[in-house]
Amino acid sequence: MIKKITILLFLFLSLFAGAQTAGPEMADALRENGKINVVISVIAIIFICIVVFLVVIERKIKKLENKIK
Amino acid sequence: MKNWYKILSVLLILYTLIFGLSSAVPRLDILNETIRNVYYHVPIWFAMLFMMTVSLIYSIKSLSANFLANDSKAYNAAVIGFFFSIPGILTGSLWAKYTWGTWWTFQDPKLNGVAISILIYMAYFILRSSVEDEQKRARISAVYNVFAFVMMNVFIMILPRLTDSLHPGNGGNPAFAKYDMNSDMRMVFYPAVIGWILFSFWLFEIKNRISVLKNKLND
Repeated sequence: MIKKITILLFLFLSLFAGAQTAGPEMADALRENGKINVVISVIAIIFICIVVFLVVIERKIKKLENKIK
Repeated sequence: MKNWYKILSVLLILYTLIFGLSSAVPRLDILNETIRNVYYHVPIWFAMLFMMTVSLIYSIKSLSANFLANDSKAYNAAVIGFFFSIPGILTGSLWAKYTWGTWWTFQDPKLNGVAISILIYMAYFILRSSVEDEQKRARISAVYNVFAFVMMNVFIMILPRLTDSLHPGNGGNPAFAKYDMNSDMRMVFYPAVIGWILFSFWLFEIKNRISVLKNKLND
């Protein structure tokens, strides 16, 4: 009987141990359902647009340089 | 192919934008997911320090020869560096609010050091605009810029290491060892640093070409 109780007690304790290893809270749900990829795509598109804008500005500078030369 | 560094910088930054959000990070208390800010907030400051170093080099060059051209390059580099310090300080403040619990703390020597450094560079811009004569302006501002760079390093690099700081990697001389980073994070962090440094150099080049055009128009 005592043996059974100790086994149950250890099982019960191991539940807490399992809960602790989960660790600090992270945005796991966002990653699991893949919606994070939407956010990543939006950020990437914005950055690409900014880069395109810079390239266009550079071309305009090039034209001006050729004109003034 | 003189545009290689621009393409490389865009690719590296895109890589860090994508993998910075999707890759695994260490599960840490307080920081939680905000540890990803290391990929974005820190490289901005590296770019700022890089641009200020470029500015210093051109200032020293302008003291020895060809001072008008080199002086305008030094000024442009300082402008780009200053420009990077604004998102740096804003993102740092936002991050501090959610991890340290306050927008700004005077307990942290790095925050105050950065604020003072920004003021020092603002003084550099004001000093430049207050001297009418081009030759005189080049010489005075070059000398001041050398002083400004040294002061910035004292405030950002040296003083925070002598006392306790909330920033990781400060207090003592641990370099990167004390960052809460694992090797996965370094795979994103270092490309981010290189990417943003190259990107700042691209902006610097654009600014230079504009100021050359301006000078030609004025002549």
